[in-house]
Amino acid sequence: MKIAVCISHVPDTAAKINIGSDGKSIDPSGVSFVVNPYDEFAIEEALKTKEKLGGETVAISLGSEASKETLRKALAMGIDNAVLLKDDSYRDSLSVAKALAEEIKNQNAELVFFGKQSVDYDNSITGQLTAELLGYHCISVVVSFTLDGNKIVAEREIEGGKEVVETVLPAVITAQKGLNDPRYASLKGIMAAKKKVIEEKTIAAAVNHTELLGMKKPPLKQAGKIIGNDASAVPELVRLLREEAKVI
Amino acid sequence: MANNILVFIEQRNGQIKKASLEAISSAAEIAQKLSYKVNGVTIGNDINDLQSLSNYGLEQITHYKNSNLENYSPTAYTEITSKAITEYDGDIIFFSNTSLGKDLAPRIAAKFDAGIAIDCISLEISGNEIIAQRPVFAGKALVEVKVNSPKKIFTLRPNVFKVKTNSANNTEVKTVNVDNPNLATKVIEVKKSEGKLDVAEADIIVSGGRGLKGPEHFHLVEELARALGAASGASRAVVDAGWRPHSEQVGQTGKTVSPSLYVALGISGAIQHLAGMRSSKYIVAINKDKDAPIFQVADYGIVGDLFEIVPALIEEIKKIKS
Repeated sequence: MKIAVCISHVPDTAAKINIGSDGKSIDPSGVSFVVNPYDEFAIEEALKTKEKLGGETVAISLGSEASKETLRKALAMGIDNAVLLKDDSYRDSLSVAKALAEEIKNQNAELVFFGKQSVDYDNSITGQLTAELLGYHCISVVVSFTLDGNKIVAEREIEGGKEVVETVLPAVITAQKGLNDPRYASLKGIMAAKKKVIEEKTIAAAVNHTELLGMKKPPLKQAGKIIGNDASAVPELVRLLREEAKVI
Repeated sequence: MANNILVFIEQRNGQIKKASLEAISSAAEIAQKLSYKVNGVTIGNDINDLQSLSNYGLEQITHYKNSNLENYSPTAYTEITSKAITEYDGDIIFFSNTSLGKDLAPRIAAKFDAGIAIDCISLEISGNEIIAQRPVFAGKALVEVKVNSPKKIFTLRPNVFKVKTNSANNTEVKTVNVDNPNLATKVIEVKKSEGKLDVAEADIIVSGGRGLKGPEHFHLVEELARALGAASGASRAVVDAGWRPHSEQVGQTGKTVSPSLYVALGISGAIQHLAGMRSSKYIVAINKDKDAPIFQVADYGIVGDLFEIVPALIEEIKKIKS
């Protein structure tokens, strides 16, 4: 079975975000980029599934040349092959999903893992969009996954609990933190990944149905008051919450 | 252009979600500004109090009913919602940005080749168009987005839009029985976390961080949460340390929340945590380090020993609640 994992290269969650001069994107200077944290769970689940059932794994990323770093990381963790869908332009989720769906079809992958959301634009929908475009089943925000023959049983996180969901291949699974513990790349893996060729493909120009008009920083919250430094401040805190904030 | 808004109304266990009341209120307001019609669609088995939705300004609500549709089925819900969109000729479709809404809305977007704006926190009309504002980078930045396709999909963040009823009490509720829903993907069981409020839905959140020094002290967070009727949350540090489950994590790789009140106990305020909670209406911080970044976003702070302050706070809250 061919297993694909779709990953993206994003600013580290510890990064401070500043707005770029175009007023529509971030200023990348001083920002370090990493594998999208949720994609590490997707990579791990692809590897575990291959180890159990055999097959071949491929990592696909859509983005600029820099995304190769993230693909290289997936190879170092043990993914067999990597494809970069090279594109430097702004794409909305649906436009990304169309390009990914095309490549997944090329790869003939029956099982596809995504991170449940990328931590840059926080859309959390690319997996579901891609699945629907492919006519694949899809379970999102998954914290446990089993595949038995053709049948999938997964648990997805919902408000105040979990749903146990059943479906069949071909399918897209989007990974939530808690699905597994992503492995560290071994030295051997890192060396082997350096030698591997990342296949580069050009894709059709973006057609976006959404338009990003502008980006700004959220209004700064004013630092409030320090009420005290021990338990004697508690009555005043409670009074402020009741009378000033009116939240309790 | 058919000039129709359609709102997906979500039920869980036969109860309409509060987030759906927010979505229909917002849809009705926008419909009025744009001179659109607004209708609702809901899917489930028995749904309580559908009649109580008759004064939000909707023309009609269609309830698609089948005993196998009580729980979510992505395949069935996608097919039925698509059918409703076609029948109502909806060109603007609203969902709530809940776990169900986030799963269903993109499937509909793909089916109709529609642009989609996720997790909107404000919807303004400019000319004849909706300009959506949404957080990105977990709230470290905001973007303004316009949808240009003929069909436009928006998901609305819960707890942000106001519930508003209308004086007219004239929404027609129609029930359509569904034969043989497509259950190829379906929920076979729902596992509830017993008696616990979820941080994503709570109006008040009490969160704990490393300052609690160990999982054995989290009863302080839970007791204060119970006294306030709040959900308990946690910082990434304590989730990664295994003290608390990931479902409680607030921040960039956890949940982004905007409750009325957020109480941070022993949380220093790492950038990824602040991103996830800074839009809370009121923030209280209790931390022994006066230079902790959490105090830069807190409305009220106490710089001191939480092991002394929190028990006193629990007592004080209990006193005023009794």
